[in-house]
Amino acid sequence: MTDVTRPGRPAAGSLLYNRTARAIVYQVVLIATVIAVGWWLVDNTLTNLRQQDIATGFGFLTNRQAGFAISESVIPYNETDTYLRAFIVGLLNTIKVALLGIVLATLLGTVIGIARLSPNWLLRKLSTAYIETIRNIPVLLQLIFWYTILTETLPRPQQALQAFDSVFLSNRGLFLPAPVDALGWWLALLGLLLSIPAVIWFRRVARAHQDRTGEAWPTGLISVGIVVGLGVLGWLAGGAPAAFTSPELQGFNFRGGARVSPEFLALLIGLTLYTAAFIAEIVRSGILAVSHGQTEAAMALGFGRGLTLRLIILPQALRVIVPPMTSQYLNLTKNSSLAIAIGYPDLVSTMNTSLNQTGQAIECIAIAMSVYLAVSLGISLFMNWYNARIALRER
Amino acid sequence: MKHSKLIAAALAAVGAMSGSTAFAGADLDAIKARGNLICGVNTGLAGFSIPDSQGEWTGLDVDVCRAVAAAIFGDANAVSFVPLSAQQRFTALQSGEVDILSRNTTWTLTRDVSLGIVFTGVTYYDGQGFMVPAELGVSSARELDGATVCVQSGTTTELNLADWFRGQGMTFEPVVIESFDESKTAFFNGRCDVYTTDASGLASIRAIDAPNPDDYVILPELISKEPLGPAVRQGDPQFFNIVKWVVFALIEAEEYGVTSQNVDEMKGSDNPNIQRLLGTAPGMGELLGLPDDWAARAIAAVGNYGEIFDRNVGPGTPLNLQRGLNALWKDGGIMYAPPIR
Repeated sequence: MTDVTRPGRPAAGSLLYNRTARAIVYQVVLIATVIAVGWWLVDNTLTNLRQQDIATGFGFLTNRQAGFAISESVIPYNETDTYLRAFIVGLLNTIKVALLGIVLATLLGTVIGIARLSPNWLLRKLSTAYIETIRNIPVLLQLIFWYTILTETLPRPQQALQAFDSVFLSNRGLFLPAPVDALGWWLALLGLLLSIPAVIWFRRVARAHQDRTGEAWPTGLISVGIVVGLGVLGWLAGGAPAAFTSPELQGFNFRGGARVSPEFLALLIGLTLYTAAFIAEIVRSGILAVSHGQTEAAMALGFGRGLTLRLIILPQALRVIVPPMTSQYLNLTKNSSLAIAIGYPDLVSTMNTSLNQTGQAIECIAIAMSVYLAVSLGISLFMNWYNARIALRER
Repeated sequence: MKHSKLIAAALAAVGAMSGSTAFAGADLDAIKARGNLICGVNTGLAGFSIPDSQGEWTGLDVDVCRAVAAAIFGDANAVSFVPLSAQQRFTALQSGEVDILSRNTTWTLTRDVSLGIVFTGVTYYDGQGFMVPAELGVSSARELDGATVCVQSGTTTELNLADWFRGQGMTFEPVVIESFDESKTAFFNGRCDVYTTDASGLASIRAIDAPNPDDYVILPELISKEPLGPAVRQGDPQFFNIVKWVVFALIEAEEYGVTSQNVDEMKGSDNPNIQRLLGTAPGMGELLGLPDDWAARAIAAVGNYGEIFDRNVGPGTPLNLQRGLNALWKDGGIMYAPPIR
């Protein structure tokens, strides 16, 4: 036998014909191109900024006072703090509204999604109307709508609406009595936090017990008992503080107590209602994805409507629901940046002010973009982990 | 909508980085080649820059740009106006979107030094004030402890506000809104007890935007110095000098009694100062790289500084502002132009 070699072409064993080798070369070239383009952009930017005498760098974050006030903050802040702290205040405000919004939108969306499949005609049509209206109006308009409603229709603080003695609603916000800072309240909070692992552990034990003996404990009641019990225990351990401060009208505004600003309220309501409409559709499709045979089988075994939904349908629907739900959570978080239109001091708002006061547009926008990216990736990772946990394990 | 501005600012910033243009001395050439001046103005501040019922831009800041255009081209209409928000203004100037920023902008050290721009002078000496609804019965800013204050974001106003309240040992709650219109609406809806901006801006808002001007009072205290003036990019000293000296020429014209009406007869004046100003005695224009009648053209187009002031913001206009600090130095104000010689 003679080897057939074609003249002018390398042997079949050459690197050029090696699939792996070629793949590696392509990837190296791709990465090199990306790095080169990135480097060119950064270098070009820096050169041009220098040529135009525009200050660059991130030094302003830590060595200059922000100088501007922020109306609400989770951590202590005043004008003499640095720009970095102002950014963190904005970030925490973003996280605050996003977390609350995600929880509320999930609850509301689930209820509406289930209502959309209800045998009750009125309930079904009402939830359809809600979904079709809300999700087809741009969320920015909805935010401005709620903000206008809150600021324009509510009275000035001097004529505030009052409920239960010390709850006031005016166009300065909702004022509530708040507990005076004391050890007991912090221990109560700690108790509540500890109750989460405690309940998870108890449920596991109860499940094992049921698997072994067939006897079902009233897990719902006992779980509530654990949460309340641990909370109360912490409160008692801290000396059972009972002092509250109530808001009182002094001069222009209420002082004391806790306050929910109209900006926060409008943003929370707007984002929750908007996202809930999408979540409702996801929940509905998730439920419909579970074969009707499952319902029939559950009914045949004597489960009621509620139990069927809770024990048979929803756990299976969840597997379909979680991935699209993740993107809704991300949407809500990113939409919270629309806060700038209604004056809620979120990350974009503080970034925007800093950008103007320092003139360092590229740095500020880069920071805001990376922070949103990090937050979104965090949510994604958590939801992916959860998705993997509840995914059907084939045995 | 709010976001589109932010995006525009970001894009403008990206625009600034993409070309490797080094603007060195090239601004004036570019303006001359284009045949018109591009001027960044406020989105709508009566008396300073606002379109009238025919869509023509009017106001003090607008007239400054028209004067510069008249000096360069001999045509006060060879200028196009770009309305800018407080956020957009510096990026727009840096990136070359506008040639000159004449947008009630306060001259500060930070802006002069770190933004790559340079202020050419002062066209209006202002100070920050407070406006409150009359029904609150407040007569002094020192009574504002605990008040809620509406303020537009990205302004020196926002910083002065925090400084002043801290200095007085008083507290306040800021409501910071990006859009000028939204922030005014929030105030008139009663979201805030106080609106704060430059006193001239307050007069403008009270006269034009308030449902009923008499329902609002402007408190007497001014809490800051706000020298407002035009700014240009760094890197073209010739254009910088032209803008600077056109404004000085307008002030000088008022000092010597040269108006848009009598500018032609004044050319026959024996006063050497007037002769140099109007170009009858040649040489000044050449130094600036302009025809000798540069100042005469500017004055003929928009009038001297006093005429501009009276026409746009002075007594008899809705703003009804007194000259105050903006009177000429010989009339008790601080408007003072270095000699043109």
